[in-house]
Amino acid sequence: MWRLVASRVLDAIPTMLLVLSLVFVAMRLLPGDPAVTLLGDHATPAQIEAMRARLGLDIPLWQQYLRFLWNALTFDFGRSFVNSQSVAAMVGLNLPYTIELTIVSTLIGTIIAIPLGVLAATHRGKAADYATRLFSLAGFAIPDFYLGALLLITFSLNLGWFPINGGGAGFVDRMYHVFLPAIALAFIKAAFVSRLTRSSLLEVLNKDFVRTARAKGGREPRVIYRHGLRNALLPVVTGLGLSILSTLSGSVAIEFIFGRPGVGSMLITGIETRDYPVIQAGIIVFAMFVVIVNLVMDILYVFIDPRVGAVR
Amino acid sequence: MTPAAEAAPVPLERGILAQIAISIVRDRVSLFFLLVLVAIVLLAIFADRIAPYDPIAQSLLSINLPPSVEHWLGTDQFGRDVLSRIIYGARTSLLLGVTAPAIAAVIGTAFGVTAGYFGGWTDRIISRFLDIFLAFPALLLGILIAAALGAGFWNMVVVLTVAFAPRFARIARASTMSVRSEAFIEAAIASGMRTPAIMLHHILPNIAGSIVVVLTLWIATAVRLEATLSFLGLGTQPPKASWGNIIRDGLGNLFGSPWPIVAAGLAITLTVLAFNMLGDAVRDILDPEARDE
Repeated sequence: MWRLVASRVLDAIPTMLLVLSLVFVAMRLLPGDPAVTLLGDHATPAQIEAMRARLGLDIPLWQQYLRFLWNALTFDFGRSFVNSQSVAAMVGLNLPYTIELTIVSTLIGTIIAIPLGVLAATHRGKAADYATRLFSLAGFAIPDFYLGALLLITFSLNLGWFPINGGGAGFVDRMYHVFLPAIALAFIKAAFVSRLTRSSLLEVLNKDFVRTARAKGGREPRVIYRHGLRNALLPVVTGLGLSILSTLSGSVAIEFIFGRPGVGSMLITGIETRDYPVIQAGIIVFAMFVVIVNLVMDILYVFIDPRVGAVR
Repeated sequence: MTPAAEAAPVPLERGILAQIAISIVRDRVSLFFLLVLVAIVLLAIFADRIAPYDPIAQSLLSINLPPSVEHWLGTDQFGRDVLSRIIYGARTSLLLGVTAPAIAAVIGTAFGVTAGYFGGWTDRIISRFLDIFLAFPALLLGILIAAALGAGFWNMVVVLTVAFAPRFARIARASTMSVRSEAFIEAAIASGMRTPAIMLHHILPNIAGSIVVVLTLWIATAVRLEATLSFLGLGTQPPKASWGNIIRDGLGNLFGSPWPIVAAGLAITLTVLAFNMLGDAVRDILDPEARDE
């Protein structure tokens, strides 16, 4: 089992390297010379040359590439063009808020989704099943940023129950600030995961061991939760992994709406101010997030379902 | 969320379009969404004739008006008619929502068929790249590429194509691999048919159905992605109307009027829902095994 885990970790390294290379290529494809952008149109050629040297743009491309890789690995993202702050420090400041949003929305989403999925599966074809289907159809169609805007208008602006912006300070205040944004993301997540729970559970409930459990006189809730749900969990975990990843894209818009700090709003501000080091760092952090989430999901499978390890 | 069709290849047979049309018209729910979609498409095509006002004409005299007989959905902070902007927004959404997945389908299929047909090292290299792109949700990949490239219509086409093409490639690859082992391919090779001809005449018709299913489902995602990018300021640039940037403008005018946000959001939701429902209906017909109910 540990060998499998180790091989998955090793497998993630070339992936990470390729992702970083793609980021490097993309950043070099950017229209315009960062030095010119930084200095404005009225800069003299000498000034531009000096700035190119300061940014490390004057050395051969392969050296730039190696330096880029090294900087990414050592979390050295340079300094912001706008306020000369260390970009790594900016990431350190913003990342906890994005992680917090991701975790809280995943928790709320799961708490809504799994009972809904079980309800739909155990009442197949009945009203409860159709109601959850409608719920998930709505969740697939409503954009998260629209839902976020509606929640903000209703509960923060009109009712005044929740703060209008910011990330809060201290645990309770932070939870208070993260609640509404997390709900917006959780709803969409729940739509997806509840469908998955339903279909996965329906499949398992048809299996022989469930029939055996019933025949032995097991109570229905016990049969469903102990025998059914536990075995239906693997696809649900996959779904949760996927939903965590899509939360990341959602978080960009949600942070923007709720005026929350976070990697997403850092990235968007960076784009608006053409702050290349910030844009680059934002992209790298998101990319690393994706690779790490995928890796953790892979490793989780091994523990949830030992057969995954045995097959290899 | 994301259409995952790892199933067996679905051929696109003659008369299948008629079959799809018949079963959609017979099913009341599908028919409803088909009509919704036809309405949206007509709005998009004839936007300049249907829209009651010029979508970018500003008027200081009619700022933030609530819905009325003159302005059905009210006006925004620049005095622009919201209904007219929503109608023109349909044009932006659909133009991109259809073009980008179509281009992605062509490029992705080309890569997928190549990988699936040749196998070996070709497959390994292409698949490795696909895996990396597929590890990213399309929406996130779109945002990241847009962050690197900047805003604008053609950049959005590039963004969506790069984000979607690997999805098509994966389906095309899997389908090609199973068609590749069929006897008629062996026969075609044995009869001296050239590889490109085999791909075009034997592989493609047999996997086209799978591609079409994925295409209809990805249009919905494309519409949402366009809205998200424009909302973030990375897509359609004002004053040109897009459902996403209407919501963006609305967010800066929350105390003025909530109507633009509500209306534009409903437009996105309805369009995405309609494409999803019809995509599901098409899939049920082309690939009955994939239906989950």
